[in-house]
Amino acid sequence: MALLDVKDLRVAFKTADGVVNAVNGINLSLQRGQTLGIVGESGSGKSQLAFAIMGLLARNGTATGSVAFDGLQILNARAEVINPIRANGIAMIFQDPMTSMNPYLRVSDQMAEVLVHHKGMSMTDAVAECVRMLDAVRIPDAKSRVRLYPHEFSGGMRQRVMIAMALLCKPDLLIADEPTTALDVTVQAQIMRLLRDLQRDLGMATILITHDLGVVAGFCEEVIVMYGGQVMEQSPVDPLFAAPSHPYTRGLLRAIPRVDQLGEELASIPGTPPNMMRAPKGCPFAPRCEAAVAACTDQLNALTEFAPSRKRACNRTVEELE
Amino acid sequence: MFMKEEAAVRLADIAVKGRSPWADARARFARNKGAMVGLFVLSLICLFAAFGSHLTEFTYDYVDFGLMGEAAEKGAPSWSSGHYFGTDDGGRDFFARVVQASQISLAAGLIGSAVAVIIGTLYGAISGFVGGRTDQVMMRIVDILLSVPFMFVIILLLVMFGRSIWMLFLGIGMFSWLDMSRIVRGQTLSLKRREFIEAAHATGVSSGRIILRHIVPNLMGVVVVYASLLVPIMIMTESFISFLGLGVQAPLTSWGALLSEGASQMRYGTLWLLLFPLGFFVTTMFCMSFIGDGLRDALDPKDR
Amino acid sequence: MTTYIFKRLLEAIPTMLLLIIISFLLMHAAPGGPFTSEKAVPAQVLANLNAKYGLDQPLWRQVANYVWGIVAHFDFGPSFIYKDRTVNEVIAQGFPVTLQYGLASFVIAVIAGVTLGVVAALKHNTGIDYAAVATATAAHAMPNFVLAPLLVLVFTLWLGWLPGGGWEGGELKYMVMPVIALSTSFMASIARITRSSMLEVLHSNFIRTAVAKGLPMRKVILKHALKPAMMPVISYLGPAFVTMITGSVIVDMYFSTGGIGRSFVDAALNRDYSVMLGVTILVGALTILFNLVVDILYAWIDPRIRY
Repeated sequence: MALLDVKDLRVAFKTADGVVNAVNGINLSLQRGQTLGIVGESGSGKSQLAFAIMGLLARNGTATGSVAFDGLQILNARAEVINPIRANGIAMIFQDPMTSMNPYLRVSDQMAEVLVHHKGMSMTDAVAECVRMLDAVRIPDAKSRVRLYPHEFSGGMRQRVMIAMALLCKPDLLIADEPTTALDVTVQAQIMRLLRDLQRDLGMATILITHDLGVVAGFCEEVIVMYGGQVMEQSPVDPLFAAPSHPYTRGLLRAIPRVDQLGEELASIPGTPPNMMRAPKGCPFAPRCEAAVAACTDQLNALTEFAPSRKRACNRTVEELE
Repeated sequence: MFMKEEAAVRLADIAVKGRSPWADARARFARNKGAMVGLFVLSLICLFAAFGSHLTEFTYDYVDFGLMGEAAEKGAPSWSSGHYFGTDDGGRDFFARVVQASQISLAAGLIGSAVAVIIGTLYGAISGFVGGRTDQVMMRIVDILLSVPFMFVIILLLVMFGRSIWMLFLGIGMFSWLDMSRIVRGQTLSLKRREFIEAAHATGVSSGRIILRHIVPNLMGVVVVYASLLVPIMIMTESFISFLGLGVQAPLTSWGALLSEGASQMRYGTLWLLLFPLGFFVTTMFCMSFIGDGLRDALDPKDR
Repeated sequence: MTTYIFKRLLEAIPTMLLLIIISFLLMHAAPGGPFTSEKAVPAQVLANLNAKYGLDQPLWRQVANYVWGIVAHFDFGPSFIYKDRTVNEVIAQGFPVTLQYGLASFVIAVIAGVTLGVVAALKHNTGIDYAAVATATAAHAMPNFVLAPLLVLVFTLWLGWLPGGGWEGGELKYMVMPVIALSTSFMASIARITRSSMLEVLHSNFIRTAVAKGLPMRKVILKHALKPAMMPVISYLGPAFVTMITGSVIVDMYFSTGGIGRSFVDAALNRDYSVMLGVTILVGALTILFNLVVDILYAWIDPRIRY
């Protein structure tokens, strides 16, 4: 049985100006220990997908479909069902470490409460365990720093604390939502290396959400490319980079700066992500797609397997795109 | 004195926001039902204050000696006698008095907040624009003044220098510009760092011109919102002082003074003397509060 | 922390002195001395009076004497009207009363306001929220001088439950209406501030983190949301204090509670400058002191503020 099984997940937000459909029918499943990358531009619905799984949607958001974790339905589940899963089964790292920690509480308080609540540990034991975990994420002098407040850490250090906090209960699944976006470039690499090491050591399944295909390359076995709240392409990581099958993926790949092709101009994808208020009924990428045909604005072929364990949603065949 | 502080707290987060285009703001305001109803009702009250005196044959200081001292027995509101709001214990037509009181109260709101807005905007804009030592000293002065109990000082001044309504209007305005100046200063500081101001500097536009042409127009959003919160505060302050009998003097009157009279006589059964001014006062407060909220939401798009 | 408190105390001293000196000079500048009353007073009597109150001395001496009297002996001088009473006696008589119902109003307003605001925020966009907002808006439009007559109308004249005024040493039935009149609009303000600040906190990233930890909602609110949501309320307490002490003037007048506000208004009506001045300075000093306490409280709660 898959660790995580998401079926036809849809997320919509009621706003003053109308309904925003952020996620439009996502299917995915993840085995224990597997690493999955979800890639897309901002506004592609990838973060909302993660929030829906964890039951963290904003008040005006509704999710439909099904999310099974270890066989247990957790989508829109009551607090008694989802709370034991949170932190214990699925833990999450957020985008902005500066605002994701409570500025009024010591790091020790914020970390230890997870262990006290889920494992029933005493405060003293919990803090000792927190120090061990801070050591593991390579925070120097963890024993005294655990008593500090979040604002006394730098951005990179805070994200390390967030990672340590997420791993306290040794979760089966870690969801990292753009863990490095808010950080300096040099720190980004350190954090990604740390995450990869920890993932290998602990063997937990991981979903890495990012807008950066380059980050995915060094981390994930499997990649999902999202656009307009839908899956455009799903593939193991190597063939995706070797032979991207979707016009959008190709565009994304061309936009990554590469050391071996210095001097070549970086290509950007023209246009902006669609306004999800009036999501197109056809392919959401059609307005920006260089290979689009008239039919693309009306309907989009379902996600289908075109090569072993590779799927794509596109009206043009791979051959046509060549 | 009543809502000013809270208004300042609420405005603290507006101040850091930029201004959105006026057309957008107007559309958002027009969509706000509470604000539109408030605006409509308030307009009616203003029309009442402006033209109400033409609706009655009595003037506010005309005394009907036949009714004097017999308000409870003969002074009840009635259509047939022409005293729509009844008469008071002095035999005066209460409708005419309420019209006159509305004029004073609304004028206190407008003049008082105009004084506060002008002083506060200029002071804050100069402090923020000049910056440095000047800014520090100017803001320190505001800090010091903020711990002065103004209601007491205004009353002190009124007693010492004689009670005139102009003194009253100016006085309440002169002591209410402090929060305005802080908000405007904060906004000016953030504006100063924007590119278009720097560009104006770089092209040699004079400081005075920059303040007038670039800073002040961009402050309008904050100023309008805060002014809308100031007006009811000024009306309240005036009514407060007049309720104590230290504000406007007979035969002139204001909502606060009428409230005080009505309250002192209600045990004789002349309830209309309390309820008419109270109704006008509370209705105006409600309208202003809805309009203020509407303006804030319109000019500060942050979803609450 | 101690240095911070000390520094703030030092800063408060010049403010206080300035307040005293300016008030005194204002009084001096007022047209007509305190003894220019309706009755004509013989010149000799006037001169004697002036000598008695030190008004014949040079201005700087008067200021110095006055300031020294307050600072060294907490002495606000004699009343200009009641020849046998000092300002201190007038204040000492009214102040305990004001303090008693003021404190009760303060505590009730904070507890009720915060509760109302938190509940409204937690039940955002439900009937409970709308009811709370409507209550707060209504209470906001009814300042003490509107509420006081209405209370008397309902509870004294119609229902006959409560006495319409008096104090009687602070017996409960005399305290109820003054406290309601004084605390209602203040409670409404606190409720509004709490609600909007709590809503903002509930939408913040760190609350999402706390929820993601699997903590029960009660714990998320109490441990993670309440403290940050209280910060704007705390900064409102200083101004709120001024509002309440100002409102006590109305309460004293309307309910004849005999507090310090009564002394002030009586003094104002009698042109008893020294009492007015004494009360104003006292209220100013209390305001400065209270703001100091609030600032220290704020700095103590928020770990990001360093001293």
